[in-house]
Amino acid sequence: MRVVLPYHLRNLAKVSGELTVEASTTRQVLDALESAHPQLRGTMRDPATGGRRAYVRFYACQEDWSHEDLDAELPEPVLAGKEPFLVIGAMSGG
Amino acid sequence: MAGVRVLVGTRKGAFVLTSDEGRREWTVDGPHFAGWEIYHLKGSPVDPDRIWASQSGDWFGQVIQRSTDGGRSWDAVGNDFSYDGETGDHQFYDGSLVPWTFKRVWHLEPSLTDAETVYAGIEDAALFRTTDGGTTWSELSGLRNHGTGPQWQPGAGGLCLHTIILHPTDEQRIVTAISAAGAFRTDDGGQSWLPINKGLLSGEIPQQEAEVGHCVHKLAMHPSRPDTLFMQKHWDVMRTDDAGGSWREISGDLPTDFGFAIDVHAQEPDTVFVVPITSDYLHVVHEGRLRVFRSRTGGEEWEPLTKGLPQENCYVNVLRDAMAVDRLDECGVYFGTTGGQVYCSPDGGDTWEAIVRDLPPVLSVEVQTLA
Repeated sequence: MRVVLPYHLRNLAKVSGELTVEASTTRQVLDALESAHPQLRGTMRDPATGGRRAYVRFYACQEDWSHEDLDAELPEPVLAGKEPFLVIGAMSGG
Repeated sequence: MAGVRVLVGTRKGAFVLTSDEGRREWTVDGPHFAGWEIYHLKGSPVDPDRIWASQSGDWFGQVIQRSTDGGRSWDAVGNDFSYDGETGDHQFYDGSLVPWTFKRVWHLEPSLTDAETVYAGIEDAALFRTTDGGTTWSELSGLRNHGTGPQWQPGAGGLCLHTIILHPTDEQRIVTAISAAGAFRTDDGGQSWLPINKGLLSGEIPQQEAEVGHCVHKLAMHPSRPDTLFMQKHWDVMRTDDAGGSWREISGDLPTDFGFAIDVHAQEPDTVFVVPITSDYLHVVHEGRLRVFRSRTGGEEWEPLTKGLPQENCYVNVLRDAMAVDRLDECGVYFGTTGGQVYCSPDGGDTWEAIVRDLPPVLSVEVQTLA
């Protein structure tokens, strides 16, 4: 499936454009990203709690997926690679 | 040819400023990590091309970056700062108890003898160390657990461990400072710690001579006299000559003794620099004039240094880690402001010139003297 990272995380991971991972849930997406790019550890999930960082959001098929169960299966278009899974830095501050 | 490399951390990235020993012509490289807060960068005394950076932000948390080529390229290393064991609680501003929670790395202090070893001071206050080049970090939990930890309260910037001073010859001795807990010393490599705050008087706290609770803003030491430490406290500039056994005030004739930054001349251990700030409720330089004050007598008697610095309509702050000195024969002094200027004096403070004027707010300044 396809994953789009925000600008700062693409820079941190030293990648450009979309990434491709083998995953069917949000947790698997994050695990795969952190495995392929260890420098992303702690940037999307709080290392102490394992929970999503407050200013990080996940989107799938135009819907906010941030509060879905981490182990819930992602929508079919995302699994099929028709739509990307988006990791977004929330709008906040200046 | 000898030269200097100035490492500047700002609210929106890091900058590397380089010059030859004349310190008049500068090359500016950056921003590195654009958009991130860079609380601190510091190079290894063992391997000057190895530089460490604390990169953080509210969105994506804490990253530690390491360069092995003098700051031209960087790689992220380990960023897991998990406290050792049960964390317990410390006091919040209102005296209620809140659990110890990692927020960011304020200060990185590379070992004087081993390029793989670096100390990190974090918020909420604790001391960490890596001995494997940043891959893993372990807490020296004797500090947080030595007994007074539950009494510690945050300063306005947070409960931060911001100062780490390594003894030049005795690897077992480390001095740290925490806002707003005070100064602490270990003589056994970090296993056990003593509060070293005797003589500090802080009118802002209920018991002004308390063992802990003092808002120490910064400490400085000259390597030739490691038992002498200079302190910029919230209010008061202080000095100890017995490694913190007792402190005495040396504010003397300063126009105000509130401030953040303090440092010691590289060749003259009794020459000290501070930047007086108006007050605890007005964090800008005094009277709209950017003045560094220099004492050549180890305190008490201070002279304003103004040549090349704005003397009207100036309302910037100089933060605690934003002053440094080089080790060239004619000592250079450097500081950065919240207005984005980084100033250099290549003549020990007599004259000043801005290296850059329009960076983001400067959080930290360190200097490497290159052979």
